[in-house]
Amino acid sequence: MTSIVGKGSEKRDLASGTVTSPMGRVGKATINGLAFLALVYLFLPIFVIVMFSFNNPRGKFNAVWQEFTFDNWLHPFSDTALTDALVLSLEIALIASVIATVLGTFLAIALVRYRFRGGAGVNFFLVLPLTTPEIVLGASLLMLFLEPHLVLLNQDFTLGFTTILLAHIMFCVSYVALTVKARIRGFDWTLEDAAMDLGARPARTFMKVTLPLIAPGIMAAFLLSFALSIDDFIITYFVSGPDITTFPVRIFGQSRTATPPQINVLATLILISSVSVMVLVTWFGQRRKRRLGNV
Amino acid sequence: MEGEAYVRDTEQGERSLLPELDSEGAIDAVISIDHVTKRFGEFVAVDDANFHISRGEFFSMLGPSGCGKTTTLRMIAGFEQPSSGEIRLDGKDVSRVPPYKRHVNTVFQQYALFPHMNVWDNVAFGLRATKVSKPEIVRRVTELLAVVHLADFATRRPGQLSGGQQQRVALARALVNYPSALLLDEPLGALDLKLRQAMQLELKRIQREVGITFVFVTHDQEEALTMSDRIAVMNEGRVVQIGTPQEIYEEPTSEFVAGFIGMANLLAARCEGSDGEFRIARIGDQAVKVASNGLAIGDEVTLMVRPERAHLRTSAPPMDLAGVSAEVVDLVFQGPIVRFDLRSPDGTPLVAHVGPGSDLPLLRPGDQVWMCWEPSAGRLLPRSTQGFPRPDVLEY
Ligand SMILES: Nc1ncnc2c1ncn2[C@@H]1O[C@H](COP(=O)(O)OP(=O)(O)O)[C@@H](O)[C@H]1O
Ligand SMILES: [Mg+2]
Repeated sequence: MTSIVGKGSEKRDLASGTVTSPMGRVGKATINGLAFLALVYLFLPIFVIVMFSFNNPRGKFNAVWQEFTFDNWLHPFSDTALTDALVLSLEIALIASVIATVLGTFLAIALVRYRFRGGAGVNFFLVLPLTTPEIVLGASLLMLFLEPHLVLLNQDFTLGFTTILLAHIMFCVSYVALTVKARIRGFDWTLEDAAMDLGARPARTFMKVTLPLIAPGIMAAFLLSFALSIDDFIITYFVSGPDITTFPVRIFGQSRTATPPQINVLATLILISSVSVMVLVTWFGQRRKRRLGNV
Repeated sequence: MEGEAYVRDTEQGERSLLPELDSEGAIDAVISIDHVTKRFGEFVAVDDANFHISRGEFFSMLGPSGCGKTTTLRMIAGFEQPSSGEIRLDGKDVSRVPPYKRHVNTVFQQYALFPHMNVWDNVAFGLRATKVSKPEIVRRVTELLAVVHLADFATRRPGQLSGGQQQRVALARALVNYPSALLLDEPLGALDLKLRQAMQLELKRIQREVGITFVFVTHDQEEALTMSDRIAVMNEGRVVQIGTPQEIYEEPTSEFVAGFIGMANLLAARCEGSDGEFRIARIGDQAVKVASNGLAIGDEVTLMVRPERAHLRTSAPPMDLAGVSAEVVDLVFQGPIVRFDLRSPDGTPLVAHVGPGSDLPLLRPGDQVWMCWEPSAGRLLPRSTQGFPRPDVLEY
C-alpha cells in the first residue's frame, strides 16, 4: 500500500516541480527502503557464505555459528581433495574457454559476415545446447562417451578430464558464438575492405583491424564461458566419472559427509576474483569508449 | 608499337586498340576496362563497359544512383570479379588478382577509417602492410599529412575529427602507397554543401600536387563537370557517353545525357532536309535549322537547346534564328539571370535563362513569346523510346 502512495506523490512532485514536499520524501524513502530490501535478499546468502568462512565449526559440518577465527583463511588449501577439485575446475574452465572462444568467434564471424548454405542450420544447432535441459545433455553425453564404438576408435574416453573438457567446450561454444554474434552485428565490414585495399593480406587484416575492434565482445564471451564452465554442475556430474571431479561436484559429493569451512574460503576467493574481473572489464570498457569516441 | 593510335571509345561497341605502355608516356592507360560485364544472379549491374583511363587523368564516373558506378569501382579495386571481360592495371590483367595485390587504393564512401588507430597509424597502415622501411614510413606519412594539412592532428583518433578532417585522413591513407590510381566512391557525399565545395577544390589541388590518376564516382553532375578531365556517364549499367566535361555538356549523344547533365530543353522534332551545313528540323508546324550530326532525313529526333543559349523575343525570329512560340508560365529572378518557365503550344515545358542587358519588355505569366536560339546552338539527338526527361523535373 505504501508503495502506491509513494508513487502517486512522486508524480505530483514532478508536476509541481517541488521535490521537498513531505509526501515526496515519504515516497522516496519507501522506494529506497524497498530497493534496500531487494538488495539484502540478493546478497544475504553471499554474505552468509563469506561470514561462515570465518567460523570455527565443531564437528564436520560448517552450518552453525560458533566462534570467529582466521584459521580457515590461514590454511585455505588444507582440504586437498577440495583443492584438487578447484584446480581441476580452473584448468577445465581455462582450456574449455580458450578453445570455445576461438571456435565460437570464428563461427560467429562466419554467420554474421557471410551468407552460406546451411547457415540457418548452424544457427539452430547453436541454440540447441541452450534450450535443451542440462540433465538431458548430461545423460546424452554420458551415453555417447560410454558408446563402445568410440572406445574402439582408440580414443581414451574413460570418464575424466577429457570427457569433462569436451562437454564444457560443447556448451561454451554455443554461448560464445551467440554472444560474439550479438556483439558484432553492427560491425562495419568495409573496414576489412579498406585494410585489404591498402595491401594487408587476410591474416593481417584480421589481426590488425577485425580482432582489435571485436575484442571486447570476444572478451565478454570468454568471461561468460569461463564463468559457465566453473559453475557447471549437472552436465559435469554425469561425465566426470569416479576418480576425478570439479569443484561444484566435489562440494555436492562431500556435503553429505562433511562441509569444511575451506569450502567457504575458496568460494569467497572465487567471489573476490570475479568481482575484480568485472570491475576491471567495466573500467577498460569505459576507457575504450572514451578513446574511440562513438565506436 | 611506336605510333600505334590510341583510339578512344567514342562509339559504343567499337573494340578499341589497346595502348601499349609507352616509355615516353605519350600513350599511357593506367586502367583498361575491356568489355566488362558484371551480373548478380540475373541482374546485370554493369553491361559491357569498355574504356581506358589515362595516367594522371581526373576521370569521373557519373550517373544516377544504382547505375553501377560502385560496382565498376569495386571491380577495379578487386572486391568484385567481372562476370566477363578483363580489367588491366598498368597493362596487366588483374581480373583474378586479390585487392591486396593491386596497385590501386580506394577512398570509401563513409571513409572506413580504423577507429582504434590514430591518424598517423591510419595513414601508415598501408606502408606497414607492404613492409616499407621505418624511416621511409616516417617520411611518407609526414609528407602525406602535410599534403592534406593534417600535420597537427597525427595523434588524434578518427572519432575526434570533423567530417572534413576524416575525409582528408582517408585521402592521405589511400595515397600513401603511391598507387597507380586512386579510386574515390562519392567521397564528398557525406559533407554539407559548403564543405563539399571547399573539398572539391582541395581534391583538385591534391591531385595536381601528387599527379596520381583519380577515378572519381559521383551522382552529382555539377561536381563531375567542375572537377573532371573526362567523364563517363552511366545509366542502368551502361556507359552511355565518355568525353570531356565540355563535350558531354555541349555535344550530348543521347536524351539521357542531355537531360542528366545540366538543364536541357528537349523538343520532339522530325528531320526534314538539309540546308548547306544545317539540317532542317520540323517542330510542330515550325521548321528550324540545326547543326547536322549524321542523323538521317526522315528520322524522328529530339532537338536540344540549353536554357542559357535560348533567348526570348516578342515577335517571330528572323530567318537566321531558330525559334518556337511559347507561353510564359512563370519567371524567377535568380540574381545573375532570370529564369523563364515556358510552355510550347503542344504543352512541352521549356526553360530560358535570360541574362542582364536583354531589351525585353516586362513579361508576365500568360504572355506569348518566341524562344529563339542560334542554329548552331541546337543539337539533334536520336529519339529515345523511353520518353525524355523533362526540364521541369530535373534538379539544378
Ligand atoms: N552484391 C550485390 N548483390 C546484388 N546486387 C547488387 C550487389 N551490389 C550491387 N548490386 C546492384 O547493382 C546495382 C548497381 O549498384 P551500384 O554499383 O552500387 O550502383 P551505384 O554505385 O551507381 O549507385 C544496384 O541495383 C544494386 O542493387
Ligand atoms: Mg554507389
